Amino acid sequence: RTISTSSCLELIRAGPRGRHVVAAIPPAAPSSNPPVHVKVADEAVCVGPAPTSKSYLNMDAIMNAIKQTGAQAVHPGYGFLSENKEFAKRLAAEGVTFIGPDTHAIQAMGDKIESKLIAKAAKVNTIPGFDGVVKDAKEAVKIAGEIGYPVMIKASAGGGGKGMRIAWNDEETSDMGFFLSGHISDICANGFCWCLQVLADKHGNALWLNERECSIQRRNQKVVEEAPSTFLDPDTRRAMGEQAVSLANAVKYSSAGTVEFLVDSKKNFYFLEMNTRLQVEHPITECITGLDLVQQMIRIAKGYKLQHKQSDIPINGWAVESRVYAEDPYKSFGLPSIGRLSQYQEPLDLPNVRVDSGIQEGSDISIYYDPMISKLVTYGKTREEALKKMEDALDNYVIRGVTHNIPLLREIIVHPRFVSGVISTKFLPEVYPDGFKGHMLTAGERRELLATAAALYVAAQLRSQKFLGDLSRQWELCVELDKSVHMLGVSRSGNNYTVEIDGEKVEVSGEWNLASALLPITINGKHRTLQCLLRTAAGEISLQYLGTSFKLRVLSKLAASLSKHMPEKVPEDTSSILRSPMPGSVVAVSVKPGDNVAEGQEICVIEAMKMQNSMTAAKTAKVKSVHCKAGDTVGEGDLLVELE
Amino acid sequence: MVIFLTKTHQFPKGGLCSPPRERIEKKRKAALTGGGQLRIAAQHKRGKLTARERLELLLDPDSFVECDMFVEHRCSDFGMEADHNKYPGDSVVTGQGRINGRLVYVFSQDFTVFGGSLSGAHAQKVCKIMDQAMMVGAPVIGLNDSGGARIQEGVESLAGYADIFLRNVMASGVVPQISLIMGPCAGGAVYSPALTDFTFMVKDTSYLFITGPDVVKSVTNEDVTQEELGGAKTHTTVSGVAHRAFENDVDALLNLRDFFNFLPLSNKDPAPVTECHDPRDRPVPGLDTIVPFESTKAYDMLDIVHGVLDEREFFEIMPNYAKNIVVGFARMNGRTVGIVGNQPKVASGCLDINSSVKGARFVRFCDAFNIPIITFVDVPGFLPGTAQEYGGIIRHGAKLLYAFAEATIPKITVITRKAYGGAYDVMSSKHLRGDVNYAWPSAEVAVMGAKGAVQIIFRGKENQAEAEAEYVEKFANPFPAAVRGFVDDIIQPSTTRKRICRDLEVLASKKQTNPWKKHANIPL
Repeated sequence: RTISTSSCLELIRAGPRGRHVVAAIPPAAPSSNPPVHVKVADEAVCVGPAPTSKSYLNMDAIMNAIKQTGAQAVHPGYGFLSENKEFAKRLAAEGVTFIGPDTHAIQAMGDKIESKLIAKAAKVNTIPGFDGVVKDAKEAVKIAGEIGYPVMIKASAGGGGKGMRIAWNDEETSDMGFFLSGHISDICANGFCWCLQVLADKHGNALWLNERECSIQRRNQKVVEEAPSTFLDPDTRRAMGEQAVSLANAVKYSSAGTVEFLVDSKKNFYFLEMNTRLQVEHPITECITGLDLVQQMIRIAKGYKLQHKQSDIPINGWAVESRVYAEDPYKSFGLPSIGRLSQYQEPLDLPNVRVDSGIQEGSDISIYYDPMISKLVTYGKTREEALKKMEDALDNYVIRGVTHNIPLLREIIVHPRFVSGVISTKFLPEVYPDGFKGHMLTAGERRELLATAAALYVAAQLRSQKFLGDLSRQWELCVELDKSVHMLGVSRSGNNYTVEIDGEKVEVSGEWNLASALLPITINGKHRTLQCLLRTAAGEISLQYLGTSFKLRVLSKLAASLSKHMPEKVPEDTSSILRSPMPGSVVAVSVKPGDNVAEGQEICVIEAMKMQNSMTAAKTAKVKSVHCKAGDTVGEGDLLVELE
Repeated sequence: MVIFLTKTHQFPKGGLCSPPRERIEKKRKAALTGGGQLRIAAQHKRGKLTARERLELLLDPDSFVECDMFVEHRCSDFGMEADHNKYPGDSVVTGQGRINGRLVYVFSQDFTVFGGSLSGAHAQKVCKIMDQAMMVGAPVIGLNDSGGARIQEGVESLAGYADIFLRNVMASGVVPQISLIMGPCAGGAVYSPALTDFTFMVKDTSYLFITGPDVVKSVTNEDVTQEELGGAKTHTTVSGVAHRAFENDVDALLNLRDFFNFLPLSNKDPAPVTECHDPRDRPVPGLDTIVPFESTKAYDMLDIVHGVLDEREFFEIMPNYAKNIVVGFARMNGRTVGIVGNQPKVASGCLDINSSVKGARFVRFCDAFNIPIITFVDVPGFLPGTAQEYGGIIRHGAKLLYAFAEATIPKITVITRKAYGGAYDVMSSKHLRGDVNYAWPSAEVAVMGAKGAVQIIFRGKENQAEAEAEYVEKFANPFPAAVRGFVDDIIQPSTTRKRICRDLEVLASKKQTNPWKKHANIPL
């Protein structure tokens, strides 16, 4: 029996191998509403209430679950207790196998300072910088000044993107007072982040399974990953791989692990940290090497020797992973959103597409967990093929009920800079300095979009006219998109719509109907998959096109001409009200009614999904009323504070 | 028929027809411009369309056939008899036309002529088309934009209102009647919309009240704005007088076209069926997980409703009033159905005065016009308390009970979770002639929740928790109802759509009649 505290993916893959798998669940997912991994598992145990601190992070609860089910092993998944040495210790004491490295390696690599010292000793390139505990903000500023900005400051314990901050000047450095027991290092302003997958058994054998390019990040969390990297040549790859293996050997590492390197534009690479667990993006390594990492981890945990030699590890083709998140990409490249997946359809009918998810239609995305919906992985013989496949996969992915980041993902993978392989950790802020604004339509694309909306409108009108014997054949429509209005002429025969836009003819055809979530259409001979997100009686049509959702309004010529008389609605004055930009909980409220606040002053802090957001005043004013207090749970758009 | 041919040379040059034809054209032209270009411009400036523009948008192109274009008012007091005070057609445009090919009678009050005020002639025009609509069996849509009675005409105007009211009542249950309030509608005028089946409003530009803010101030000394007293928000959220509000004239008229598609033309017509692309046997996997395990936890009934319907399309009636019950029109496999559902998200989905009345009126409309009703039940009971008891929850709750009981249209009921106490009986239960009653596995049909029940049955008993568990085991599940045949089947939630579509087909030929009576006596 194996207990898994992670999402369903590992279970799906461990299960068929004849193992009895137990899923650990919190009652946020009650038995009447089981998450997918519970269905896949043979058995489920409840480990506590929804906040992760009380369930997946609650060691006592998990130890109880182990006793209750008589499990012989625990797979800790990606986060939670996967890098917790205490947990590994307690398991060892109970004689339960921890599917992962031993306590020593977790401890050594978990401490940022110790890990760097070990790395240095193992002749691994380390970043020039200060490795030690910084006393206070003053010292931090001093050291940072010596190294030269920008610098990276890291809390000595804390994994992934957590506890890692980049400072560009003295002020920012001293602001990071809460990272006092940190470590400061130089970073390349436009660095790359590469992760070397290693696999080591308990007999001193270790392999490197090539790199993963993980530079596309927002808030230090990865968004798009690929393997292999476009930038890495075989020599550098080998050098990095060998250093990674020697580090693994140095800490007597066993199981799968990842060595993260920062690389500058001159291909100098520096050890950043080692993650002593399976990483979220491991599927792309599996795609190009053909190795099943979870299976390997279980084998290693059982004490088997590695089956492969370094020369057996290939790079076959190219794999890309997009992390599909329930978040709004138009707000800081992604603020969490919650909701119920009213419709959900993974693009699994496409070949070479893998979707690792733990949710299904009807699932609730709550504030208690990471907002990740799925890992969407596509594979191709070449990078181009893998990326093209990713475009199709994103277009064919139906997610309704929560805001998701497909618009951003779809834009990244077709962006010329990404396509050419010039990727860095600053990709997003550099490419979208004013924030992500969605897909910018070319004239041709605009026509395609208008034509599709017109065809949809006509199809709906025609269906309403089924009462009539004689159906209209010609339509004069007025379509509004981003405040500009286009006059369109539409004629239809069978499933073909001919749309005339500004003298140009666009042919729209295809086997679709008004009920289908996907619109597989052919526009002027080109195949496109769009999605109709909304269609109202008043002519509003929302279409997801090239990833981005566009709002259009289609009206008959008459309705459009009469619309000019309609009064303009005065939008709500938003400068004097502060609303929550996302669902979450209120951490602190720094004002009370009657206080005077300056523009930009912090009013309150909202936390959601491991992220704190400082809410500031939009103008200098007196606080009229406060509608929240610390500890409150708020929804997106909830009124927090009113100014006068 | 004998046709007498006469020699044209016997008539003055140009023909005898010439002067009248000119007059006809002149009058026709005058009728088409209503109160004149200045007033039309003023109407546009207020963000409102003219009476004729509204009809043009509401009806299919070139389908409007006008009636009584030459009718003029007959008032001879206060200088009204003067030529410049006569407008052909007076202050209303009437006639018939088509919406997506289906016949509808319409009247559209013209605010540019005497502020759309109601004269004897105006009323007579409206009555004429209403009489015809009832004879041929077609709905009546009124577009209201009127300052009220034509004061110059005195009692003639009042008589006109009453004539319309009478016809509203006579047409009630015979043809659907819809009012769209697109401007002021005050005083006696409000009772015509109130008597019709549905009243819609336009936000910011329409008002409904018995007396305006000035009179309110002088009588009760209350300070209130027009908008607060009788605007769209007030009537769709507080008073429940209007069934929905739309952004502006264009939005409202386009939505009205859409709404019209749901309705049968008369009580002799079956519920309309349109082409349906959504597979009738489509499984809805999300429904298997929607009901939370804890019976105190809320969920959104609209998620269930949307999931089951064709294309998730739901025309909700009174979406912002008495939100603890959800009612509206939708289609199942192309056929119009009425949806009634308790909303656990609001006040636990309990029945109170407002939700009972809202539900009852909707059910009665559906029954009158052969629209099958699908009821989704998750109801913890009637809302207790003095406010409700003093307000007459017994009397009002009885309306919903009455409506479900007397209805003879196909009635399909799905108990999704709680069906407690008297509210279980009310919500289209088997005992009130429900045709098909389903329970989901999460259903609990019982007199009350476990906690309350245990306190009564095991009063004074030590181990309340144990007793509660026993009660839950016995009653908090669908079996007690299923073994007695009070529910026909316990179904997998994801199959709900498929089951309902199949049942509707079977029940399409359902025939059931109530005993002869002059009329029933619903507890008003």
